[in-house]
Amino acid sequence: MHLFRRGMRDGISIALGYLSVSFSFGILSVQSGLTVWQAVLISLTNLTSAGQVAGVGLIASQSSMLELFMAEVIINIRYSLMSLVLSQKADSSFRVPHRLLASFGITDEIFAVASIQKEPVKPAYWYGLMIMPFFGWTIGTWFGAAAGTILPVQITNALGIALYGMFLAIILPPARKSKAILAVISMAALISVLLHVTLKSLSGGFIMIIAALSASILGAIFFPIPEDQVVQEAET
Amino acid sequence: MTKTMISIGVMALTTYLIRMIPFTFFQRKIKNRFIKSILYYIPYAVLSAMTIPSIFYATQDVPSAIAGTVVAVLLAYLELPLIVVALSASAAAYLAMLLIPLLLK
Repeated sequence: MHLFRRGMRDGISIALGYLSVSFSFGILSVQSGLTVWQAVLISLTNLTSAGQVAGVGLIASQSSMLELFMAEVIINIRYSLMSLVLSQKADSSFRVPHRLLASFGITDEIFAVASIQKEPVKPAYWYGLMIMPFFGWTIGTWFGAAAGTILPVQITNALGIALYGMFLAIILPPARKSKAILAVISMAALISVLLHVTLKSLSGGFIMIIAALSASILGAIFFPIPEDQVVQEAET
Repeated sequence: MTKTMISIGVMALTTYLIRMIPFTFFQRKIKNRFIKSILYYIPYAVLSAMTIPSIFYATQDVPSAIAGTVVAVLLAYLELPLIVVALSASAAAYLAMLLIPLLLK
């Protein structure tokens, strides 16, 4: 129970960030012709931002199922990478039924918080971590779809930065202590900016995956993790 | 209506399978040092690439986003809790939205 509660505590800021983002997703869905409940159903069953926004756009334009499928694969392929990292980070108590249930909760933010934990991730912690963002995401969508125009637009806009503030709070403290991590996050940011400027047609998900992968590969070349850490982690 | 519901089902199933397959079917522990190093750096790189440059467009108004970013960087550097950093960034962005037009008058 203790682990579950610790997960919930770590998930609160993700949930707050999700509230604001899903709020705008709710507004967008209703504007695209979906009902309030269809918007809520999408958030309840998908729990992802970019894939949902693209999906709603395709539904509105009467696109084919194949097109929808392809779009979701391309936008969400980064989750496969995170899923793989997580399978290395998971505690041995993570049996198949847990994996089937827990994988629903792999989002950029939940993944990031879990993967930066020092010890292997246990199911209880993971479920605690995913529960608040899951409700935040779904409830925010409902509010946005049902009452999107009530909140002053400046407040919803200002809430949009909360999630990114949280990301900085996750990566800057370790970067202060490790030059290697500082170098990797600087390279990732630089590559991401360059791609945003030069390849405007590329989707945000793709840019993210290219920038993150190339920065991590450079990190692995120039700052390989210590050998004892490799052995230690392989044993846990 | 039905087509919309099927579309929602296709979205949900596709997204789930992408997340589920590697986690469930790849349980072997990787021992290669190079691959382990890449996997070690990925979370930091992902967060950084997700934040930059998107954070500057997150409030629909670049000056207020810069104010929020500066506050977030300072507080994150001081190792304050995630939620404090997140909400202070929003508060700073909101204040900037209110104050910058007044200052420019």
